[in-house]
Amino acid sequence: MKGFGKSEDTQQQIIRETFHLVSKRDENVCNFLEGGLLIGGSDNKLIYRHYATLYFVFCVDSSESELGILDLIQVFVETLDKCFENVCELDLIFHVDKVHNILAEMVMGGMVLETNMNEIVTQIDAQNKLEKSEAGLAGAPARAVSAVKNMNLPEIPRNINIGDISIKVPNLPTFK
Amino acid sequence: MALKMVKGSIDRMFDKNLQDLVRGIRNHKEDEAKYISQCIDEIKQELKQDNIAVKANAVCKLTYLQMLGYDISWAAFNIIEVMSASKFTFKRIGYLAASQCFHEGTDVIMLTTNQIRKDLSSPNQYDTGVALTGLSCFVTPDLARDLANDIMTLMSHTKPYIRKKAVLIMYKVFLKYPESLRPAFPRLKEKLEDPDPGVQSAAVNVICELARRNPKNYLSLAPLFFKLMTSSTNNWVLIKIIKLFGALTPLEPRLGKKLIEPLTNLIHSTSAMSLLYECVNTVIAVLISLSSGMPNHSASIQLCVQKLRILIEDSDQNLKYLGLLAMSKILKTHPKSVQSHKDLILQCLDDKDESIRLRALDLLYGMVSKKNLMEIVKKLMIHVDKAEGTTYRDELLTKIIDICSQSNYQYITNFEWYISILVELTRLEGTRHGHLIAAQMLDVAIRVKAIRKFAVSQMAMLLDNAHLLASNTQRNGICEVLYAAAWICGEFSEHLEEANQTLEAMLRPKVTTLPGHIQAVYVQNMVKLYASILQQKEQAGDKEAAQEITQLMIERLPQFVQSADLEVQERASCILQLIKYIQKLQAKEVPVAEEVIALFAGELNPVAPKAQKKVPVPEGLDLDAWINEPPSDSESEDEKPKTIFHEEEQRHSRHRQPEIDEEELARRREARKQEQANNPFYIKSSPSPQKRYQDTPGVEHIPVVQIDLSVPLKVPGMPMSDQYVKLEEERRHKQKLEKDKKKKKQKKEKRGKHHRHNSLHTESEEDIAPAHHVDIITEEMPENALPSDEDDKDPNDPYRALDIDLDKPLADSEKLPVQRHRNVETLKSPDSEAALVEKKSKKPKKKEKKHKEKERDKGKKKEKEKKVVEEEEEEEEKKGEDLDFWLSTAPAPAPAPQAQSEPALGAAVVAEPQEVKKEEREERDDEEEEDEGKKSSKHKKKKHKKEKEEKSKDKKKSKKKSHHSEEEPPESVQNGTLEDEPLPPMSSYRLLAENPFIKMTYDIQGNLQNDSQVTVSVIFENKSTSFLKSMELNVLDSLNTKMLRPEGSSVHDGIPVPFQLPPGISNEAQFVFTLQSIIMAQKLKGTLSFIVKNDEGSTHEKLDFKLHFSCASYLITTPCYSDAFAKLLESGDLHMSSIKVDGISISFQHLLAKICFHHHFSVVERVDSCASMYSRSIQGHHVCLLVKKGENSVSIDGKCNDSTLLSNLLDEMKETLSKC
Repeated sequence: MKGFGKSEDTQQQIIRETFHLVSKRDENVCNFLEGGLLIGGSDNKLIYRHYATLYFVFCVDSSESELGILDLIQVFVETLDKCFENVCELDLIFHVDKVHNILAEMVMGGMVLETNMNEIVTQIDAQNKLEKSEAGLAGAPARAVSAVKNMNLPEIPRNINIGDISIKVPNLPTFK
Repeated sequence: MALKMVKGSIDRMFDKNLQDLVRGIRNHKEDEAKYISQCIDEIKQELKQDNIAVKANAVCKLTYLQMLGYDISWAAFNIIEVMSASKFTFKRIGYLAASQCFHEGTDVIMLTTNQIRKDLSSPNQYDTGVALTGLSCFVTPDLARDLANDIMTLMSHTKPYIRKKAVLIMYKVFLKYPESLRPAFPRLKEKLEDPDPGVQSAAVNVICELARRNPKNYLSLAPLFFKLMTSSTNNWVLIKIIKLFGALTPLEPRLGKKLIEPLTNLIHSTSAMSLLYECVNTVIAVLISLSSGMPNHSASIQLCVQKLRILIEDSDQNLKYLGLLAMSKILKTHPKSVQSHKDLILQCLDDKDESIRLRALDLLYGMVSKKNLMEIVKKLMIHVDKAEGTTYRDELLTKIIDICSQSNYQYITNFEWYISILVELTRLEGTRHGHLIAAQMLDVAIRVKAIRKFAVSQMAMLLDNAHLLASNTQRNGICEVLYAAAWICGEFSEHLEEANQTLEAMLRPKVTTLPGHIQAVYVQNMVKLYASILQQKEQAGDKEAAQEITQLMIERLPQFVQSADLEVQERASCILQLIKYIQKLQAKEVPVAEEVIALFAGELNPVAPKAQKKVPVPEGLDLDAWINEPPSDSESEDEKPKTIFHEEEQRHSRHRQPEIDEEELARRREARKQEQANNPFYIKSSPSPQKRYQDTPGVEHIPVVQIDLSVPLKVPGMPMSDQYVKLEEERRHKQKLEKDKKKKKQKKEKRGKHHRHNSLHTESEEDIAPAHHVDIITEEMPENALPSDEDDKDPNDPYRALDIDLDKPLADSEKLPVQRHRNVETLKSPDSEAALVEKKSKKPKKKEKKHKEKERDKGKKKEKEKKVVEEEEEEEEKKGEDLDFWLSTAPAPAPAPQAQSEPALGAAVVAEPQEVKKEEREERDDEEEEDEGKKSSKHKKKKHKKEKEEKSKDKKKSKKKSHHSEEEPPESVQNGTLEDEPLPPMSSYRLLAENPFIKMTYDIQGNLQNDSQVTVSVIFENKSTSFLKSMELNVLDSLNTKMLRPEGSSVHDGIPVPFQLPPGISNEAQFVFTLQSIIMAQKLKGTLSFIVKNDEGSTHEKLDFKLHFSCASYLITTPCYSDAFAKLLESGDLHMSSIKVDGISISFQHLLAKICFHHHFSVVERVDSCASMYSRSIQGHHVCLLVKKGENSVSIDGKCNDSTLLSNLLDEMKETLSKC
């Protein structure tokens, strides 16, 4: 969840309502929801895509093209897939920070920054490399420990929605 | 102890990381809150450690908790610590946390300024990137102000990765710090043509975002965007640009004409649905702006509608939705072409997707006509019944009302039907819109006189069945309609047939369970009812019945007297007393009815909602002045005014219709016609109020009902609107037959009452005559109301601050604050800047410089200085002309690219206008010959820029010369902020020295950042046919004033001018001088040496000059508010002096403009021919002036901290003025 300048409570409320709105929609309906008061009035729309158990929700105002944002969500998901190598729900749950970093390369301060997937992946890889080189030897034991810990990951995926809202003024990017 | 420490450090390795935290939370579903509070405690411990890795890990976990809704603002300081870590890994964690939880109220945010600045200039591009990303989320006005300049530098970074982020974040900076927009804009514009597509798209993004809010300021960019549109292949960019054009076309219809062709091409060629859709959208916008028809428009509309139909028919719900959305835009201007797709839209009403249904509903709004209104509403009523979920049902309800009531009930032919619909709607359970229905009932009943009888009967029925409405729940919104029902029954009680019964219904004990405000209306209106019953009975001579009814009131009213609602109680007890009194009179057999009814005599007329506001304040009336002297002290302070108001209120509550004379009527009729003419929905031939006035001499109720036997006089039981549909059909049929008959014989009597019928012989929908002759009373407006549409502007709109004219040159005061350390740097900067200009040969930079030369005393935007007005005028005009040019010439294809590079040639040119004018004209003509037909707009713009200071008259002439195609007067683009008279052009550049080779003009500006420096800008103009190079400027320093030379050079060395001058070219260089005292004017002698090089060889030349530092050049235009100004004058530490100049003939406005411009003052206040002005010296002296203009003279009183400075200033001013 990315929320610009909103209090935690409001953010949570937005997430709840958005989830409520989005999750009860049928498979065969359009992917746009007209703005309620919470998301900043009628100029704003919720645009979402549904992948298995995940919803990706963007909240955008009228300066964005609706179909363009749908494409953008697709780019986002494909990028996640590349960066995580076959992304699954658990990746997103356990690596929120990485999801955020990827999103930051696409949407900045609520405005679309980059839509070219290759460019995004290149930048993400370069940054990961930089991170790795900084960790150096010292990072090794930590990685080992973390690998051990990861062995007993719970298998049952909990139904968590990943949303991701990016908006101009009032708010947004990714929930949980 | 030691063991503990070892254990601690091993523990650290096993500190929970983010994954552990997430896992832990998932494993503690039952006691999640407890587990998390435990974790937060651990995190707090971790934050206390010195190890940055531990801290970063803790902050990372906090970020996650924040996303779960936990407040982590307490860790803000730790977050900053992590942000300032040297490793990128940690820095990124810190910035992510900051972007999630910092906001404007975070107080530690100001600590980040320097850290961010450091990161922005980090050699590692990812440090910079992460800082920019973070900053974009939490930028505050302070951060924006302090970092604007750094970010601006980054816009020209070598790495596109940084450039694009820097460009994008500028939008956020503009929002928070609007002053940065103008200085940054040239560079932003430059980025539109950045070689990297990412940067380009970011720049387009930002400009589109800006332009969306204030399109008119960006109209001049249209040619550039047009070029981008025709050349770009990036769909993202195209979509943005096309959207932008959609916002621009309403402002400039000719732009639309130009766009149609390329857009249609795109529509035909693109395979991307998103692009196609946006193209269609913009074409629609264009068509809307070109409401006057061009012949080939219908083709474009057809194309759009066709494409949209394909979208709507698509199985993809998204496309369907968008298709409907776009369709609703076409509907506004071309309803006919949409109406042919009614079938499709009605079909969408049955879609299972609510969003689509809502969109279809929107469309219906515009598709109704007299013919199909009933049918459509009937369909909607079915949906209302079927609808599940109150939101959708409420939406339907409001839509039905909207559809019916639109443009003054234009489409309703039978109001009985409408009332029945409203009554039917009251049967909806749990709607929130009871008040809406009520408002409609009231509105119709008041404004459609002919319907009152029917309305009253229906309302009586509602009152009778009130228990059905009110019983469900107390909070039921629908009981609001009882408010309307009670009022209508009371007010129009003369139409009530069974008044007794209704009165009884209103007196039922159940009524006391209604909300207070409704009860209050009940009480008030039952008296009206009572009065009319009383009259009826008395006239019939039925005294007993009259007494009976009085008795009934007396019995039942006490239940209201006991009400907890004050309003109800008050009214009830008042009325109870009245009726008791009436009873007494009745006992004495005195006829009372007439008197009682007189209480409610007169008629209420609807008043327009904004009527009060629009009454102009009569001349000479000061609303703030006391009518009487304010009461000395306490005492009856409260009581008196209160009683006054009370009386007044009562008087006004029954607004009596004043007699209206013929003249007044004619005037109103005219006004109304006007209004109708301006109303796009208004169909001229429909039954209109103006008819009414033709046969009604006054507003007195005149029965205008045409007796129409097909309308049932009374529908028994609850009315079913369906019945009306049938009846209406029959009626229409009949009417048509009748009309056909009439048509044959009626050709003679083409005047009078039947005007409407006769004038319409075609079988259009307007043909349907309404069942009633409807007289819709239009809302009353005060006489001489001021027409204004400004009521709706929201003064708090954050984007309003960005409404800035971007074509105006930049003033010094607007420059971004830059951190400066040493004097030397300031010296170098102009040089390097100039060098940069030369190298890059880019226009924006040049523009920036130009401001300096041109005008410096343009204050903040609010301040309406004459000077600004003048500049605006010129600029506006220029902008208009550029655009005019672009729009009127050049066929659709993109401007030739080669012309684009043109500016490079003149790159370093800053022309001294008056002198170069001729030359320039020639030059232009030459150029025109060169690339006739493919003149680039940019090129043209440049030329205009050069002649900026030419008189506008000249300009127009020359323009006509250069292109005589169709052109509108430039005023059409102007904003309208014009002062009454144009100001003559002014230049602050004075001649420094001149010889056959070179001419130097100069201007001196104070430097706000440094109290002992001024910058001298010198324009060097090569007048010869030779090449001038190795120019070096030197002055003889005085004790007080010294030229600032680079470190290490002696006082005798000159400063090289950082450029060379080809023939006919001019350029500007800046030199910094330090001074100690500024209270006196100074003169410095100096020399310019240079080498003249031509075919014959090169010679060494010299030119001596005298640099005059006037006192005015130490002043900096500073705006001052009148209250601050008054305080300053009161403070008493200012010295005073005054001068008087005779023989002044120029207008006061010009005079002020001159003082503002040449002496760097700003106007604080101006009253008639008297103005107060203010300025400040670079060393902080305040200078206040009071300028008064007499017949032929001007007197100036000045006040200043320093008397010498003041007298010197006044002397200078005297000189300026005596030249006028």
